[in-house]
Amino acid sequence: MSSSTHEQKSNHQAGDLSHLAAGGAGTVAHLVARDVLIEYPSPGSDQVTIAVQNCDLVLERGDFVVLVGPSGCGKTTLLNAVAGFVPVTGGVLELDGRPIPGPGPDRAMVFQQPNLLPWRSVLANVTYGLELSKKVKKAEARSQAADLLELVGLADVAQKYPAQLSGGMQARVNLARALAVEPEILLLDEPFAAIDAQTRELMQAELLRICAARDVTALFVTHDITEAAFLADRVCVFGPRPGRIVKEIQVPWGRPRSHDIRRTPEFTALSEEIGDVLYSAIADARAAQLEGAAR
Amino acid sequence: MTTTSSEASVRPVSTSKPAGTPTRRPGGRPRRRRSSWLTEQRVIGTAAVIVALVVWELVALARVKPALILPGPIDVLRAFRDLFSTSAIWTDLWVSAEELLIGLVIATLIGLPVGLLIGWYKRVAYALNPFVNFLYATPRIALTPLLIIWLGIGSSSKIAIVFLMALFPILINTAQGMQSLDQGSVRVARCFGASDLQLFRTVALPGTVPFVASGLRLAVGQALIGVFVAELSGATHGVGLMMSTAGQQFQTSKVFAGLFIFAFAGVTLTAVLRRVEQHFAAWRLGS
Repeated sequence: MSSSTHEQKSNHQAGDLSHLAAGGAGTVAHLVARDVLIEYPSPGSDQVTIAVQNCDLVLERGDFVVLVGPSGCGKTTLLNAVAGFVPVTGGVLELDGRPIPGPGPDRAMVFQQPNLLPWRSVLANVTYGLELSKKVKKAEARSQAADLLELVGLADVAQKYPAQLSGGMQARVNLARALAVEPEILLLDEPFAAIDAQTRELMQAELLRICAARDVTALFVTHDITEAAFLADRVCVFGPRPGRIVKEIQVPWGRPRSHDIRRTPEFTALSEEIGDVLYSAIADARAAQLEGAAR
Repeated sequence: MTTTSSEASVRPVSTSKPAGTPTRRPGGRPRRRRSSWLTEQRVIGTAAVIVALVVWELVALARVKPALILPGPIDVLRAFRDLFSTSAIWTDLWVSAEELLIGLVIATLIGLPVGLLIGWYKRVAYALNPFVNFLYATPRIALTPLLIIWLGIGSSSKIAIVFLMALFPILINTAQGMQSLDQGSVRVARCFGASDLQLFRTVALPGTVPFVASGLRLAVGQALIGVFVAELSGATHGVGLMMSTAGQQFQTSKVFAGLFIFAFAGVTLTAVLRRVEQHFAAWRLGS
């Protein structure tokens, strides 16, 4: 994958990013988050809650970056900001050098719940994004969707309704629907969290295969450490209160990957490293909170 | 990939009738056998009806009350025969059916779009809610004398009553369907950059169909009440009038016959609407 050539650039300093973000289109990193601050008003008071603070992140084309962190740490908020659902209060968040105006078909989101439209057949669910954007003709959309269903292994259920599918199959349709609009970046918000453990591991391998086949850039949010270690080129460990990236960890193995790497000592070591960073960040946040409460 | 094949073979789907496709609904009743007409449900249901008719006939034959007061099913059948031997009943049927259907159609034509508007635009809801709540809480059937004064004892006053009775179930259900859209679907549509119109067309409208369908079914029941009561209050023709006249003349079995005509109309219309609903909501399996 092309990502390997960019990996050195990804381990950036915040300083040399400014010219990248401001420069010509040719040198701009794909997704740039610099010193991002996201606040939202607390319900029932004048105060604001800081969801994300001092957050830096760079994605090159073809990168597969996983944000891992405890629930409620703000990683999903950052993802929602990239998707355009949540405005950024401070700092820079740019896609291809342009600030994010709002939701758009260049960024496709895969949610934890498949959220398939129940009155549409599987095929019609996959063409949904294409229908909305009206960029391609209906017949063309259908044939693209059929190809995608082939890719995710669901060609034979194209005419069924979502209610007739298992959870794992719905997750595949969800993925195919997101890929159908050929997004610049695929945003995944714990897409496999509601799936049973065995299916989840299969889906993870499937996701890597599909991303490789389509040369997808992906930003993946999870709280599952082994999921992060298995999927990512880079793992960004998110710490809570305020949400920020505590550490970026480069994953040592390339692609394609198989389930075998789960059994290697390197995999265990990486999982432990992620876990250590994660738990110490949580402990720090808790200590800070206790200190604040004591005052 | 091994999961796919096993998942895919879960259940073969009959393509001829999507509405009846087997369910995977959690907690749903077990799959119906659709091979034979003679299902358990139908056998027990038919047997129960026969038992009830027999008990009724026995009670009538025992003559606890004179036949004038409590006729048996056979008397009612005889009354049906007498009724349909004259041409007057056809006029009555035609007039009542016309009032019912025209009232229902107008109620749908107005209730559906207004319900959609109320559900879609908050400000329209704010403006119209006082009127809707007022009229919904009022027993609209009580407007009958007023409408007869205004519109006379002909068909138009009946149509107006049917309209008022049927309007609110349709309107309120439609608005509620709009307001209880699945937020997950809305998010997906927005995520793909859907415009308001696209969101309306691809998420709101199809999501509201089941609500509209149940609103229509409620409306049929209300409309039948409307026809009957309106005809009691003064009419020239109609099944309700026929029943009221028969009642005053102690032709009790004829009253029963009228009652069954109303019941039959209600059951038929509801069944038709259920078929329409299944056609539009084949995705709601096992409904």
